Amino acid sequence: MHQRRTILPLRTGLLFLGPAALFIGAFILLPFFWIAGVSFTNRTLTGATAANPQFVGLQNYLKLFDLSTFMNPGQFGSSLVITGQFVFWSAIVGQAVLGLLLAWFFYRRSGWVKESVQTLAIVAWIIPDVVVAFAWNAFLDYDGGTLNWLFGLVGLHKVDWLLAMPLLSIVLFNAWRGAAFSMLLFSSALGSIPPSYLETADVAGAGPWQRLKDIILPLIRTHIVTDLILITLWTFNTFGPFLLTGGGPAFKTEVVSVLTYRMAFKYFDFGTGSALGMVMMLINLGFALVYLGLLRRQGSSR
Amino acid sequence: MRVVKHVLGRVAFYVVAAVFAAVFALPLLWLVFAPFGSRATLSVALPDPFTLSNFGRVFANTFAVRALFQNSIIQAVGTMILVTLLATLAAYALSRAPIRGRDVLSYGLVLFSSIVTGTAAMVPIFLLIFNLGLIDTHMGVILVFTGGLLPAAIFIMRDFVDSIPRSYEESALVAGASPWGMFRDIALPIVRPGMMVVGVWTFVNVWGGFLVPFILLRSPTKMPAAVAIYSFYTEGGTPIITLTTAYALLYTLPVLALYLFVNWKYGFRFFGGIKS
Amino acid sequence: MANVTFRSITKQFGAFTAVNDVSFEIADGEFVCLLGPSGCGKTTTLRMIAGLEQPTSGRILIGAADVTEAKPKERDIGMVFQDYALFPHMTIADNIAYPLKVRGVGQAERRRRAAEVAKNLSIDQLLDRRPGQISGGQQQRTSVARAVVHKPKVYLFDEPLSNLDAKLRLEARSFLKHLQRELGVTSLYVTHDQAEAMAMADRVAVMDRGEIVQFGPPLEVYRQPATTFVANFLGSPPMNLLSVRYAGGAFASSTFELDASPFAGRLRDVRDGSELTLGIRPEHVRMGGEGDRWRIPGEVYAVEPLGPESLVTLRVAGALVTARLFGDDPPTATGAASFAFDPAHLHVFGQDGRRLAAR
Ligand SMILES: Nc1ncnc2c1ncn2[C@@H]1O[C@H](COP(=O)(O)OP(=O)(O)OP(=O)(O)O)[C@@H](O)[C@H]1O
Ligand SMILES: [Mg+2]
Repeated sequence: MHQRRTILPLRTGLLFLGPAALFIGAFILLPFFWIAGVSFTNRTLTGATAANPQFVGLQNYLKLFDLSTFMNPGQFGSSLVITGQFVFWSAIVGQAVLGLLLAWFFYRRSGWVKESVQTLAIVAWIIPDVVVAFAWNAFLDYDGGTLNWLFGLVGLHKVDWLLAMPLLSIVLFNAWRGAAFSMLLFSSALGSIPPSYLETADVAGAGPWQRLKDIILPLIRTHIVTDLILITLWTFNTFGPFLLTGGGPAFKTEVVSVLTYRMAFKYFDFGTGSALGMVMMLINLGFALVYLGLLRRQGSSR
Repeated sequence: MRVVKHVLGRVAFYVVAAVFAAVFALPLLWLVFAPFGSRATLSVALPDPFTLSNFGRVFANTFAVRALFQNSIIQAVGTMILVTLLATLAAYALSRAPIRGRDVLSYGLVLFSSIVTGTAAMVPIFLLIFNLGLIDTHMGVILVFTGGLLPAAIFIMRDFVDSIPRSYEESALVAGASPWGMFRDIALPIVRPGMMVVGVWTFVNVWGGFLVPFILLRSPTKMPAAVAIYSFYTEGGTPIITLTTAYALLYTLPVLALYLFVNWKYGFRFFGGIKS
Repeated sequence: MANVTFRSITKQFGAFTAVNDVSFEIADGEFVCLLGPSGCGKTTTLRMIAGLEQPTSGRILIGAADVTEAKPKERDIGMVFQDYALFPHMTIADNIAYPLKVRGVGQAERRRRAAEVAKNLSIDQLLDRRPGQISGGQQQRTSVARAVVHKPKVYLFDEPLSNLDAKLRLEARSFLKHLQRELGVTSLYVTHDQAEAMAMADRVAVMDRGEIVQFGPPLEVYRQPATTFVANFLGSPPMNLLSVRYAGGAFASSTFELDASPFAGRLRDVRDGSELTLGIRPEHVRMGGEGDRWRIPGEVYAVEPLGPESLVTLRVAGALVTARLFGDDPPTATGAASFAFDPAHLHVFGQDGRRLAAR
């Protein structure tokens, strides 16, 4: 049975909790309500509307959802579509599948080969964003880039990745960068499967594919859900593409986070920036609720 | 027949492993070679002639050196200390004090912090720091990072504290320790590994963080390396690749060193899990 | 001087009552074992004495002082935890000396007294090691050393032997009993192992679902169990219990009938037709023959030779009855057999499970 006993008196406990609560209140709760407020004003960084912003009602939101320009490059609609593609291909397809393949491939193996490959993936994941962006800039370069050099080796035409295929570039970039997280999560999930389950399947004559489909995937379903939601959330909120492409060319890689940045800190239009931030948070909230719902359903079906 | 199949299996394993390795290594290869060459190109080639002069020139750039060895360190270490301290206290309270709804509180925090992310909340965070008069200060950057990283840090730390048997603290209390003495003599030393992990995690996050200093700092003298890395330009305005890569390598080393340290000390398994 | 008194102590966790209106007194220097099945409230009782848990109602006294509200550190107690709770970051010496340290004893004096206690417990060669580097038995002794080093008024033990293997457990048992005798400190010892309680205690308190059902010297509790619960809990194998009907001056079951006249005194208040329980210890049962007047027939269920003794189990009227037979070769037969016993050893329990005492 779950037993809990008091070790710290309540007063001391609250004292311990206080400082952290203050920070979280100031930097998470306050921004949440503040952003809602600012998004209904025409606040800017400088000028008259900086000191005395006016209430403009839903105007910022209406501008975002103005259907006549909604899908134009650099507008909210087109940015949302780009973000959706980015998240789907780089996180759900790229990171999760690559991570699962890596975890599965090295499952029940050990030795230096596994260690080296997994370490490489982890290194890609932990080194700073800007460094990764630099490396990828060179990697994707038209003339000297390693990728085009490889293409040359196998007789393919060079591609000017960042100009001709900017969205694919940031998708590859983000998939590569984040695969280690899914790999680690799936590895630990696989590690928790009792070997006897798989041995039973072996004895019953299941092949590797059937083993994956009938035994492994159902057992790690919860982990898959967790992984998908987390990487979706992170990818949706990442500012990484900005470092590789700056949102361009011609807004083709301007995901919502970069659009928010452009509105707020290039155009200094805080009202629109806040409205965008608000929409991002609502989408985040949606992901989180879906996640909780799925977890609960799984919990009750067990 | 059996033997052939076995050999083929091994070969296939190494081929696939090599492909995986190449996928992750190739984009980084250039970064490993370029700092040691004297010519600036974007292609991968063994440096010829091999030179360390790029590093010398990086160290001669006071702005870049200050960014890396002063600003980045102030911001990362400052945040690390704050987050580790506050997260330890808070997690300890959540684990050991009779606070109502503490489970809901812990989960709610993490949930909320994944909704109010740095990118979504950049405007109010900027305005908050602006109103506090902390724009263009280390303190502003440290405070924002601390607020953003605390929820996950508390969560990781609480997991750790929860896994420690209460009988340690109880036996200290029965032995006659005061609550504070018990916390100092017993609880703190026992949760130290957890604090190390949280500290390293925080350091790495701040060290690599770009957006927060990018929007909160103005003067070049306060920029951390993550932002200062964009500062090696020729007079014509083209980036000096050799210097930038040398700098990038220096900037990456602490992260790699910390990874190796954590891996050696605790085995890098899953506490790295919550990385934002 | 340092007796421990419980006055109507009740402890509730939410709606659940873990300890229900318990009162007892442990005399100065006495060794009391608190015995009961898992979850009956033993640890909760102990922790209330230590001050780690607040009673919902009632008073606790140590000596003459009411400590009900006192903090743990104000109670002057030495406690050994089930998992020993040795501080992993301190050496054995520092672990043992910790109670002295919090009392402000100086470094040199601490070291001296820790070494002295360690010597008594034969762990003095381990003082500079860490808990992770010593064996389970040594950890157990270290935690005892830490509990006694500051000469507390009361010792509390919460199943301190349950993490040891069988052989070490026997050793540690006699060692702890010896130590307690020598130091003469009031002790409360929690266990769910009846043999341990019997072997160590001056008095045993048997607990069941938050209540103390019997409190007395081990042999008294063994020989005159107050209830069927106590009868069943003590002894290995436990007392045989058979449900019967009391009618017409006899105990009747579906397969046997026994003359109840020797028990007339006890049965004075029992109505004809009542359901009763008969109890008899396995060591008081032998194989029966035609000549036995006190005999119950059954079917052989199992025969277990154990060396010095054998256990023979019969199925009697739907229940299992076990005999402990010493010396003789166990019967090899299967099929019908019978047990016999001396009525002087037969216990009768009333409808409420309480033993009917001879008057
Ligand atoms: N903090 C608590 N909150 C809720 N219930 C509790 C708490 N502590 C104990 N209980 C319950 O009170 C009852 C008695 O617990 P206690 O730990 O005293 O049992 P015990 O006799 O020591 O058992 P064991 O032999 O298993 O250690 C149990 O049913 C337990 O679940
Ligand atoms: Mg217990």
